[in-house]
Amino acid sequence: MLGYLARRMLATIPVMAIVALFVFSLLYIAPGDPAAIIAGDQATPADVERIRAGLGLDRPFLIRFGEWVWHVLNGDLGVSIFTNLPVTRMIQQRLEPTMSLMVLTLILSIAIAVPMGVLAAWNQGTWIDRVIMVLAVFGFSVPVFVVGYILAYVFALELDWFPVQGYTPLARGFGPWLNNLVLPSVALGGVYIALIARITRATMLEVLGQDYVRTAKAKGVGSRTILFLHALKNAAVPIVTVIGIGVALLIGGAVVTESVFAIPGLGRLVVDAILRRDYPVIQGVVLLFSFVYVLVNLGVDLLYTVFDPRIRY
Amino acid sequence: MRRRTFLAASAAGLAAPAVSRAQDSRVLRFIPQADLTVLDPMWTTAYVTRNHAFMVYDTLFGQDSQYRPSPQMLEGFTTEDGGKTWTLTLRPGLLFHDNEPVRARDCVASLQRWGKRDAFGGALMAATDELVARDDRTLVFRLKKPFPLLPAALAKTPLFMPAIMPERIARTDPFTQVTEMVGSGPFRFKADERVPGARVVYEKFGAYKPREGGPTDWTSGPKVVHFDRVEWTTIPDPTTAAQALINGEQDWWDYATADLMGLLARSRGVKVVVQEPSGQIAILRMNHLQPPFNNPAIRRALLGAMSQEDVMAAVVGTDPKMSRTGVGFFCPDTPMASGVGLDVLAGPRDMAKVKRDLKAAGYSNERVVLLAATDFPVLKAMADVVADMLKQAGMNVDYQATDWGSVVARRGKKDPVDAGGWSAFCTAWAGTDHLNPSGHLSLRTNGEQAWFGWPSDPKIEQLRDAWFNAPDVPAQAALCADIQREAFQSLPYIPMGQYLQPTAYRSSLEGVLNGFALFWNVRRA
Repeated sequence: MLGYLARRMLATIPVMAIVALFVFSLLYIAPGDPAAIIAGDQATPADVERIRAGLGLDRPFLIRFGEWVWHVLNGDLGVSIFTNLPVTRMIQQRLEPTMSLMVLTLILSIAIAVPMGVLAAWNQGTWIDRVIMVLAVFGFSVPVFVVGYILAYVFALELDWFPVQGYTPLARGFGPWLNNLVLPSVALGGVYIALIARITRATMLEVLGQDYVRTAKAKGVGSRTILFLHALKNAAVPIVTVIGIGVALLIGGAVVTESVFAIPGLGRLVVDAILRRDYPVIQGVVLLFSFVYVLVNLGVDLLYTVFDPRIRY
Repeated sequence: MRRRTFLAASAAGLAAPAVSRAQDSRVLRFIPQADLTVLDPMWTTAYVTRNHAFMVYDTLFGQDSQYRPSPQMLEGFTTEDGGKTWTLTLRPGLLFHDNEPVRARDCVASLQRWGKRDAFGGALMAATDELVARDDRTLVFRLKKPFPLLPAALAKTPLFMPAIMPERIARTDPFTQVTEMVGSGPFRFKADERVPGARVVYEKFGAYKPREGGPTDWTSGPKVVHFDRVEWTTIPDPTTAAQALINGEQDWWDYATADLMGLLARSRGVKVVVQEPSGQIAILRMNHLQPPFNNPAIRRALLGAMSQEDVMAAVVGTDPKMSRTGVGFFCPDTPMASGVGLDVLAGPRDMAKVKRDLKAAGYSNERVVLLAATDFPVLKAMADVVADMLKQAGMNVDYQATDWGSVVARRGKKDPVDAGGWSAFCTAWAGTDHLNPSGHLSLRTNGEQAWFGWPSDPKIEQLRDAWFNAPDVPAQAALCADIQREAFQSLPYIPMGQYLQPTAYRSSLEGVLNGFALFWNVRRA
């Protein structure tokens, strides 16, 4: 297992290198010029050129890429073209809100979606199954920002239970932290809940049709034990896979959710950076997201061995 | 924190709904028009940076809502030698935020840096033979020729504003961003609390000395601060910003969007007003180097297709209080504005006639690449309507929608449209940018040196030079009427109307000044 872990960690290096090259190249060929944006409307072409030279944007691709890689290897993601602040500091400032949002959404989604899926499978064809599947379709179909606006209107403006926007760091107390994150997490979790609930239902239906489940029933084992001890454990591998894949959904959804609820997270940071062509920030955040995604996939692979002892690396 | 304390605080936090009410009477919570990305007012023309700069920095002259300059950091000034020598004396006791006194040499270095970036500043410096600090409180301009607009230049409010900073910082290359915010303005910038893209904090500068006497009006008069802190929270989504204001989580939203005006106006405890009467001027800029708009006859023929009413309706709706049409080349209702030549924009549009005129002018179905910035709803709305007008006029329109960052990069290309160039784009300028010819970049017609589009009309440039030397306002206004007459012939751009930008704040605030967002004088009732 340790050998596998080491091999997988080593394998992340070429993956990250390809991501880095891809992102850098994409930004290089993308239209847009941060120097022109900075220079503003009063600038002459000579002013723009001077700013571009000052930022080092006039140098050849390979030199810029080589320098950037060297700095990254030394733990330095560079300095934002616009704010002049280190990208690592900007990421640190934004990491907690995004991670809080994603972790809370993940917990909330799994806690709601897995029982929903199990319940739907156990009651296949009944009104319970249909209601749950209708809710799942609803979760898939309604965009995050629409859910966000509705939640903010009902629970913040009308009922005054939660604030409309903002983020309170965890260091200031669990209550205020949670208070700010409940609505965004519910809004972001909609699609994720739908996805997990549907895959849980489908997998559970397959498992519940297996011989050993029929045997357990025949032996008089209680339905709760059958569902959660025998069936769910055997259905866990595809569910965990979908949860892992769904992290990408969360990252994408966080961009919208953070904008709707004015959460100062990484999603907003990267969107702002893209609109301004703040290359070091874009590269830094995309690299970080890629790394997180690689780690999540590694975690998912390792979880397979927990749920299915037959799997060994 | 001990576990019980933490749990108690957590429970209290959850029990209290909407914990972040803007109820601290000493803190003003403000939603800026955009994120404050760049701090140096000499490094960008973003209006949000100008607003930030007026908190942190002071200026030698202030400007009132009638656009009149008056001493601000100055105790007074004298002119000698037929207006060729200006002696400016600083008020005593002015301090920078690092508690160093403001000295004349700081002002000299600051103005020299400003003169290298700002058009008006550049004109002043071009007329200046020598700018020196005679002593700690006195700076002297020795001019090559009289420059009656010197106070107006040093009082200007659009960027680049002539911010006074310490000499050690002002010595920074004007094309390198200053990041250490040390000014002598009424607020101190809290660098340690800044979260780029999300939050900016200012605290009252206790050692700031407001000037004594006179009314507080825009950037002139005593700048008395009534809040200990001003917290800017960037909320990119307009709906969320409106909800935060209605819910009392924020006190003031700088740029209330037109589509949410009704909601805000109906909400209790919220006031929606237009504080900035000069608003924004919409323009259609054409590329004068490439066909078809390198042909002045085609540009003139197109005037018949342009409807300022339609463009303004798309931008801010049909409420007549929120926009103006019949707008020329200077901001309406300001001293340099006139009605000269405006008749071409009045009356119903006759597209059949425009088609005939375009053909007679030599238009032969060349492709017109219209750039549209989709991430700025106002610019997108303008481009949509203009595209339709051009099509109705029979032009072969290639509507290219992209983000503003791409438009900014693309508009710098002088190449033909087949080689990645462009034909036209829509944009908007603050009305204060169009007060007079000094900083009116879209009216410069110095060919390849001009603003994007590169129009060439030596006559307008001559009139502009004459304007700088005009002895008084009537003479300046007469020259601006001549400029407008000529501009309607060569058409460096087509004015598309003026729209007003409302601001919204809690009705518990009073003393909000006219002009852009200013944070002195405002207080909680």
